[in-house]
Amino acid sequence: MEQSGKIGKEKLSCRGITKSFSSSSGNFEVLHDLTFDVYENEFLVLFGPGQCGKTTLLYMLAGLEECTEGEVFHNGEPVTGPAPSRAVVYQTMALFPWMTVWDNVSFSQKVRKAEKKVIAERTQYFIDLVGLTGFEKSYPVQLSGGMKQRVGIARAYCSDPDVLLMDEPFGHLDAQTRYMMQESLGKIWENEKRTIVFVTNNIEEALYLADRIILLSDCPSQIKKEYRITLPRPRSLVSPEFLKLRKEITEQMNMSD
Amino acid sequence: MKKKSKLKFQIISIISLIAFFAIWQLLTDVYRVIPSTMLPSPVKVLQTIGMKWSVKKPDGSTLPQHILASLQVSGLGFCLGAVIGVPLGVIMAWWEKADLSLKPVFDFVRTIPPIAWIPIMIVLLGIGVVAKASIVFLSAFIPCVINSYTGIKATKTVHIWVAQTFGGSKTRTLFKVAIPTALPYIFTGLKVSLNSSWGALVAAEMLGSASGLGYMIQMGRLLSRADLIVVGMIVIGIIGTILSAFLDSLEKIVVKGEVR
Ligand SMILES: Nc1ncnc2c1ncn2[C@@H]1O[C@H](COP(=O)(O)OP(=O)(O)OP(=O)(O)O)[C@@H](O)[C@H]1O
Ligand SMILES: [Mg+2]
Repeated sequence: MEQSGKIGKEKLSCRGITKSFSSSSGNFEVLHDLTFDVYENEFLVLFGPGQCGKTTLLYMLAGLEECTEGEVFHNGEPVTGPAPSRAVVYQTMALFPWMTVWDNVSFSQKVRKAEKKVIAERTQYFIDLVGLTGFEKSYPVQLSGGMKQRVGIARAYCSDPDVLLMDEPFGHLDAQTRYMMQESLGKIWENEKRTIVFVTNNIEEALYLADRIILLSDCPSQIKKEYRITLPRPRSLVSPEFLKLRKEITEQMNMSD
Repeated sequence: MKKKSKLKFQIISIISLIAFFAIWQLLTDVYRVIPSTMLPSPVKVLQTIGMKWSVKKPDGSTLPQHILASLQVSGLGFCLGAVIGVPLGVIMAWWEKADLSLKPVFDFVRTIPPIAWIPIMIVLLGIGVVAKASIVFLSAFIPCVINSYTGIKATKTVHIWVAQTFGGSKTRTLFKVAIPTALPYIFTGLKVSLNSSWGALVAAEMLGSASGLGYMIQMGRLLSRADLIVVGMIVIGIIGTILSAFLDSLEKIVVKGEVR
């Protein structure tokens, strides 16, 4: 609405959402009065320092945490709880250790009681898409960190959500694997356009993937600034424009209000 | 390298077993440090096992009859305990209403040792199969409930969220997420139950019965036949080991992907 040059219609709308946790020592405000929209097929990155409430915000978008104040809307409907139309890739991956890669990825389709043939096709498609072909029968313990994150992403994609919410999905990876995963997520997203809200505290990752970056401040978090990233894809991490934006955002983040 | 060291330990354990029986034999038959009325020699025990295989004297039943009687009672009690105990623990852990209404009663009952029920059971139900099976049931039931309860409660919130965001109902989430998490705990419960129900059975048979391994041990004591007592103990040990091994291999088949 207040955004000019939007990509599509609003998918998610946050209106003045505030979150505080009550503890014995009183109320602890994590998020303060956030208002923003996520547009259709947009890759939105929520970028902020550690412990600023990124996970909490994402869970509120998912409907897993209640807003203390304000409201979240999905396609105009208020969000009151978790729903299959908003899939989450968790910071901790949260794969089911007792299920094979195949069963983890197909889980949402089975819960939905989809047709057997549809389940098989979809599951194989997304396993192939994240590059796990041949590991269908492996259990999570048998996979490397990067492979587990791929399973998490395939599982979320396979549920055919309207919006994908990803919480630092590459947070635990080494730089090399992380870069590889960013590259392949970029490709997956180009092939399977979705509305994605992606949380990170890594500036390169944010700039590499985002259509738009929302910069969050320290706790209690507020929106510090928004950046629309129009660099052509696939992006180069060393192009002058990239480096300039990187410097600008880093400086902005380290600046105290 | 790994295989070699495993073999080494197998050899060591066999040697220590042989040494154990050798010392036992030396202390009894050879040097007679311990009189045979107190502890029979291993050779004597083997002879008694061979004899009891078909002879009913002096306690009224052959060894296979005793084993069968004990297995029947413990099988009945253990199965009932598992079939009722595991679902009860699961239900109490998953549905808050069941937790609030049933848990206090259960928490009180579980503090009473099952063996303390024996006198009441004998008065109420006599010394037949039903009375003994009830004791076994109680001692199997309690660990089953506790462990399956703990297992369901160990389900990670984020795993429940995964199921919920994909539209899984409460019941479906139970079967797809909570029960797989709880399975290793449930098996621990079954193994503990097996041990304690086997123990309770022997106690029940010693106090009131006309057959069974516990009864045979009790008769051995009354008739001053130490060999019968030791035979009873050994057979109880062997059967317990076999049943535990069975549960272990069942667990390996059922529990997948290193849940814990
Ligand atoms: N359920 C809760 N109860 C109380 N406090 C909480 C709860 N969840 C989160 N917090 C607090 O809210 C703050 C933000 O947590 P959150 O996990 O959202 O941060 P984050 O930005 O995702 O951190 P990280 O970068 O480490 O992933 C933290 O200080 C945390 O202690
Ligand atoms: Mg987080």
